[in-house]
Amino acid sequence: MATRQTQLLARTLLTPAVGLLFIWMIVPLALTIYFSTLHYSLLDPGSESFVGLENFRYFLTDPAFLASLQNTLVLVGSVLALTVLLGIPLALLLDQPVIGLNIVRLMVIAPFFVMPTVSALVWKNLLMHPVSGLFAWIASLFGLTPIDWFTDAPLLAVILIVSWQWLPFATLILLTAMQSLDEEQKEAAEMDGASAVSTFIYITLPHLARPITVVILIETIFLLTVFAEIYVTTGGGPGLSTTNIAFLIYSQALIQYDVGTASAGGLVAVVIANIVAFFLVRIVGRNLEA
Amino acid sequence: MARMATRQRVVVSTIGAWFFGFLIFFPILWMVLASFKTELEAFAIPPSFLFFHWTTENYATVQERSDYLLHAMNSIIIAGGSTLIALLIAIPAAWSMAFSPTKRTKDILLWMLSTKMMPPVGVLVPIYLIYKSFGLLDSRIGLVFILCLGNLPIVIWMLFTYFKEIPRDILEAARMDGATIGRELIYVLTPMAIPGLASTMLLNLILAWNEAFWTLNLSTSNAAPLTTFIASYSSPEGLFWAKLSAASTLAIAPILVLGWFSQKQLVRGLTFGAVK
Repeated sequence: MATRQTQLLARTLLTPAVGLLFIWMIVPLALTIYFSTLHYSLLDPGSESFVGLENFRYFLTDPAFLASLQNTLVLVGSVLALTVLLGIPLALLLDQPVIGLNIVRLMVIAPFFVMPTVSALVWKNLLMHPVSGLFAWIASLFGLTPIDWFTDAPLLAVILIVSWQWLPFATLILLTAMQSLDEEQKEAAEMDGASAVSTFIYITLPHLARPITVVILIETIFLLTVFAEIYVTTGGGPGLSTTNIAFLIYSQALIQYDVGTASAGGLVAVVIANIVAFFLVRIVGRNLEA
Repeated sequence: MARMATRQRVVVSTIGAWFFGFLIFFPILWMVLASFKTELEAFAIPPSFLFFHWTTENYATVQERSDYLLHAMNSIIIAGGSTLIALLIAIPAAWSMAFSPTKRTKDILLWMLSTKMMPPVGVLVPIYLIYKSFGLLDSRIGLVFILCLGNLPIVIWMLFTYFKEIPRDILEAARMDGATIGRELIYVLTPMAIPGLASTMLLNLILAWNEAFWTLNLSTSNAAPLTTFIASYSSPEGLFWAKLSAASTLAIAPILVLGWFSQKQLVRGLTFGAVK
């Protein structure tokens, strides 16, 4: 009796959360699917008509789509590479006996807590400005011509800003994982005469395989939809050079008011994200059983 | 010999760690310094690092010219409100899944996680249109609602992993002693769950405070939180570096402090318990 009551209670407690998330997932998604089959422009209300898959054909064959897909891949790939490749040595360093480690760790994770609009604008102006920015001044100290970041290398500039924001995340997770590594194992390896390098390659690195995977998957999910950093720095330009898929869809929806095409694009973004999510959910699910 | 090597190692790793830590932190420090300069000094080449005329006038100007406090209040209401509502919905759900798991609990958890994977831009159009027709654009309540839903999966997950760690024997002992579910909840579970609740709340506040997709797209002026407010400095006419820096420093200071307190929970929350 009591258990049945408990079960009923448990179900009742769970229902609001499940119901809300279900609505949150299904209603907008269903509407997106519906809109994606319509010719629907906010500039021309009342002219909605069913066009089948025309929006998808238009979105996928638009040269802007290929350009932004490429930008998205370059952005995600570069940020992943930078944060993981810099995060591993940084985490290793913070795993050493360091005097004042707490303060150093605070400094390292700080960028993660800075809101995207702030970090993007501070980098764009105070650091990367071609005349008055700090980088320009440093370049001139060495007799180099300052880089006009947002004209000559806009995508690289965005990549650097986003990497700065995500490096703390990668470092912190890898550091947490390293600290859970059994010290005795490392000591035993050292006693057996293993060098620091081989201890790292044969003991630390295999231990890091899973956290690295988790970092890559979680970062990918967030990086696929980088938006604010582009919105406040380049507005997707010059031309299409910093337009990623998220920004392309945004501009189709809220600048060109083309609801149909933007919805088709939104579904393409959902499909891409789902491919990544599939792997992440499997890894997390496996962890749940352990 | 061995001690020498160790001391050397400490010195080298300390210098290295401080150097790179400082390098990573530098943009923030540079921004804070710029916020105390005059506009002219903020632009000056060569830049002055410490020996400039320190002034707090930018902070006063930011408030006078753009009603900073309104946007700060919006941020507090939106981040705080969405966090509280998310907790109210998530606590019963996580409690139920942690203490009365069924065969489907794992599937439900993973399904909740998968809703977080949906890119917001995929549903931007319908949400924007729904908000438009209900008059929710540029409203605090609209933003509270969407941020609450967006973060709900993370909140449930974090609470679930914390609740899981509460030893079940204690609950059973309480039940044996004849405690009802209500009493069990108040006297046994709550005290043990408070640390987990606090860190979940902290992480969610940080995420909501910094959220910059929905806030940028769904708010313009009246309900604009600090993310949107700072974005308004991106227009060429708003290029006042010292004022931008002052506004930014104010916007990130509270969350930086909160964030520093919640480093450990951050890892756990953002990896859905996959890394502890």
